[in-house]
Amino acid sequence: MKLSTNFVKDYIDVDVETKKLAEDMTQIGNEYDSSEKLINATNLVIGEVKECKMHPDSDHLHICKVDVGSEVLQIVCGAPNVREGLKVIVALVGAELAGNIKIKKGNIRGVESNGMLCSMEELGIESKFLTKEDKEGIHELPEDSIIGEDPIKKLELDDSVIDFELTANRGDLLSVLGMAYEIGAIYNKKVKKVELSYQQTKEDINNSFKIDIKTDNCTLFLAKKVENVIIKESPTFIKNRLIASGIRPINNVVDISNYVMLELGQPLHFYDANTLKDKIEVRMAEENEKLITLDNVERTLAKEDIIISDGEKPIGLAGVMGGLTTEVELTTKSIIIESAIFNPLKVRQTSKKILRSEASNRFEKGLDPNRTYMAIERACHLLEKYANATIVGGLVEYNKENLEDKKIEIELSKINKTLGINIPKEEVLQIFERLGFMCKIEKDTIRVLVPKRRIDIQIKEDLIEEVGRIYGVDKIEGKLPVVPLKVGSYNKTIREVRNKMIALGLNEVLSYILINDKEAKKYTKDEFEIVKLLDPMTEERNTLRYSIIPSLMKIFEYNQARNVKDISIFEIGKGFYKKEEQYGEETKIGALMTGDYYLNIKKEQSDFYTIKGVAEELLDYLGYKNRYSFVVDKKMPQEFHTGQTANIVVNNDIVGVIGKIHPEITKQDVYVFEINLDKLLQKRVGKMKYKEISKYPIIKKDIALIADNEITSQEIENLIKRTAGNLLINIELFDLYTGKGIQKNKKSLAYSLSFGAQERTLTDEEILEKIKKVITNLEQKGIQLRK
Amino acid sequence: MKEKLKEIAQIANQEIEEVVDLNYLNEIRVKYLGKKGELTAVLRMMGSLSKEERPKIGELVNKLRDEIEEKIEQKEKAFKQKELQDKLEREKIDITLPSKKVIRGSKHPINRVIEEIEDLFVSMGYDVVQGPELETDEYCFERLNLPKGHPARDMQDSFYVSKEYLLRTQTSAVQARTMMNNKEKTPIRIICPGKTYRRDDDATHSHQFGQVEGLVIDKDISFADLKGTLEIFVKKMLGENSKLRFRPSYFPFTEPSYEVDVSCFKCGGKGCNLCKQTGWIEILGSGIVHPNVLKMNGYNPEIYSGFAFGTGLDRLAMFKYGITDIRLLYTNDVRFLKQFDRKDEENEIKY
Repeated sequence: MKLSTNFVKDYIDVDVETKKLAEDMTQIGNEYDSSEKLINATNLVIGEVKECKMHPDSDHLHICKVDVGSEVLQIVCGAPNVREGLKVIVALVGAELAGNIKIKKGNIRGVESNGMLCSMEELGIESKFLTKEDKEGIHELPEDSIIGEDPIKKLELDDSVIDFELTANRGDLLSVLGMAYEIGAIYNKKVKKVELSYQQTKEDINNSFKIDIKTDNCTLFLAKKVENVIIKESPTFIKNRLIASGIRPINNVVDISNYVMLELGQPLHFYDANTLKDKIEVRMAEENEKLITLDNVERTLAKEDIIISDGEKPIGLAGVMGGLTTEVELTTKSIIIESAIFNPLKVRQTSKKILRSEASNRFEKGLDPNRTYMAIERACHLLEKYANATIVGGLVEYNKENLEDKKIEIELSKINKTLGINIPKEEVLQIFERLGFMCKIEKDTIRVLVPKRRIDIQIKEDLIEEVGRIYGVDKIEGKLPVVPLKVGSYNKTIREVRNKMIALGLNEVLSYILINDKEAKKYTKDEFEIVKLLDPMTEERNTLRYSIIPSLMKIFEYNQARNVKDISIFEIGKGFYKKEEQYGEETKIGALMTGDYYLNIKKEQSDFYTIKGVAEELLDYLGYKNRYSFVVDKKMPQEFHTGQTANIVVNNDIVGVIGKIHPEITKQDVYVFEINLDKLLQKRVGKMKYKEISKYPIIKKDIALIADNEITSQEIENLIKRTAGNLLINIELFDLYTGKGIQKNKKSLAYSLSFGAQERTLTDEEILEKIKKVITNLEQKGIQLRK
Repeated sequence: MKEKLKEIAQIANQEIEEVVDLNYLNEIRVKYLGKKGELTAVLRMMGSLSKEERPKIGELVNKLRDEIEEKIEQKEKAFKQKELQDKLEREKIDITLPSKKVIRGSKHPINRVIEEIEDLFVSMGYDVVQGPELETDEYCFERLNLPKGHPARDMQDSFYVSKEYLLRTQTSAVQARTMMNNKEKTPIRIICPGKTYRRDDDATHSHQFGQVEGLVIDKDISFADLKGTLEIFVKKMLGENSKLRFRPSYFPFTEPSYEVDVSCFKCGGKGCNLCKQTGWIEILGSGIVHPNVLKMNGYNPEIYSGFAFGTGLDRLAMFKYGITDIRLLYTNDVRFLKQFDRKDEENEIKY
């Protein structure tokens, strides 16, 4: 809401600086975005063009001699309307105009120019507010303007504007009068009366005009008729105040309807009475009913839209926009004024669909029915004064609203307890008085009469807020709650996971969960439905991710494009799905590694075994040592390299996937894994417990084997473990060799086996016996001892 | 015999003197002191001596043995000393060459802020709770006193995935969940950090952003308690010198409601481009829990009262680390991420 300070001063005597006013309003809860003069331009003066000649080197420039009182200046001007005898706005050398333009002594095509003749736009008035003439040239001041004086004063543009960002509950502040009450509460000043008087004819509109309200969504509807209006330009103060408030002046009649809305917060609608029949009807629209609105657009209506009709067809969308056929035009002579209240929710729905306007914004926030009456009177007053209107007697009236003040009771003790202070009752009563609320106190109970204009105040807590904000929040001393001691808790495991990954040298990322639907099914073979947004901002982000890997791939691409080649990253975040009509989400961890991992003199590129090592480290750290395996399934996700991918299996349950990204997706060697943490962490982990250290020596034996390439190391290890029994305490692959000396399709693997027992020293014989058994078993599977 | 011993002593001394390495020294040891050594040979010949001479010569032999032994030992020591010295000399390195780096990862700034906030509030007995990010309209809005069609919903343009489900626009959704899940309706002290989503994307807004929500419900909880708690919170996060300003505001789930500004830490309140010349930066929304919210979620407002607050984590992280562009938090440039690889400094707060 843009508040013109000149406008509000009609109703409240306030002589503080604009900036101070804005700050004081902020302190009581009304934030502002900006606070500045309506016209910021400086060094302006009224001048008269004494001489105007064409520039010898130009077809449109003029060389003017301009009398500014103290001297006559030579100024080159390009405006088509500049001419001798014209009173103009002169920006002197040193002036600053809108758009940061500084006026300097200049030389235009060889002719000296000492200043500039200004258009309204150059003063900072947006072009949308200007007349056709003002858009095309410099502003022409009235002939009675006095040379040497301040043109801003003459134009009545010496105003300031505070642009408030109001909270959604303060619909009452969408009016100058509401602002006046608020300012009055700050400075303890009384709000002045609104001038409503006018003459009216002896006839009664009710004899010739009827309203028929057919829906509960209209709770108050008033109509009055005025005749013999003369449509012309508005008086300057109306135009300027509209401009200051961000509304384009059109003509006196239209401007008055907007002026009253700004002043009192009640939107009005004016119908050209000659285009109406003898009645107005308010009803819900029929499905697919059509209406051409003021902006000349045909609208298709729905059952939820409230419409105004002339008894046959729609002539307006209630609270949102009028219809084209009944619009006030230059030829209009008599007007029906509508001042009404419609269901805020319905107006909101319709306006969201069609157009958010100054009017709909006010209807949506709720209106004070007293203002509905006041506004129609105020419009008559102004129309009589500024549009020569004759006001027809009587008021057409339909009212289901209660005009009485709201009665709310509150205990003084409750106020003090809620705010945590101790204000004496006199001070509380004084605060209510400043707000314009009548009140009485009886023992601890205060009975407050809250005027209807304060639609936001409904319950006693609302009154506590009023006391708090006028009393001054700063004066309330902060303290810590006095509550029983208790232990706070948090999810330590997720933090441990994060810290472990960081300790392993990976960088934590945080990415958007919204991705493109085409990405959402990738990197997984899980069965689920993707979750799409109904109304995405962009197609690029129209779906909730299931896997974290697509997010990580985007980050990889982003960094690669910036020549960052060594990337080791991870993210802990949610993945989303729909299964059997149920939405669900799971916490997952994803990691991606490419390029150098170690950053030493001897660098090492990440490969499958690097990321496998990271995954194993994490699983071991979380307590799953010896309980997981990497299992190749026939159906691995197709985004992975077919020969370098596996499922991560814990207790025979797939909890994740690991692998190299398929070369068709990226030419770089990129490795990723993802583990579903919710699924993994459900698997219970035993307590960490001390195990007696054996006093007896460990015997190490190495064996080298030749096996088919097809046989995995894990299969061989498992076979050895099973045969060797529990005396085998560790097995380690220390060499893998293919090539010279080894048959094609075969590989050589060398294992170091460690044997030991808790309670005795093992003999060489029994170990050799075990090894023999192991070799026999291996040979049965076609795995030979390497000679 | 005596002459023989004298001769042995002389030759042995000379040989030990001239020996050049440990192996040779050992040979000398064997030559003179071994079982078949020269001194043993002398002893063997003792049988030919008179009873009177035997002990004398024996004594001389033993003396000579001790002498030779000591000399050899000294020589040996000297050799070992030299060898060690040589080894140390050989192993001398250029200690200014680069170290073998133990690789170090980094923690995302938003999660750093979350962990710091969690630690602070856990120390004051709060529980850190989580809620779904894909939330129902009921918990995100309705149970927070924001019925369908409420104008305040405009402030939060939402991403719906169905009529009832949406990506939560605020962590406040967890307030209602916590109250509803508490079947015994006992006091509550929680914070909930997490991701939130709104249809808003520009230079200063990201459609995904972090929030932390706090809720305390107990008997006799007042605005003064809220103010004191937030003072601690802001000082811990942004420094002891931070000043707070509470401004009355409006949120449907609290009444009274307050927005909280912190004194600009860039200019100290004088006015600069960060605080848009106001000296203040808005960082929190807060208030006394609306009685309707208590009622709707099963708490009796006649017995219980509470406060709630919420703040944006992205902005806190940006302020804390001087990050000027919100997009940096989500583009994950590795060169950006790697800057967050050390322990945060501690903000000591007095209370």
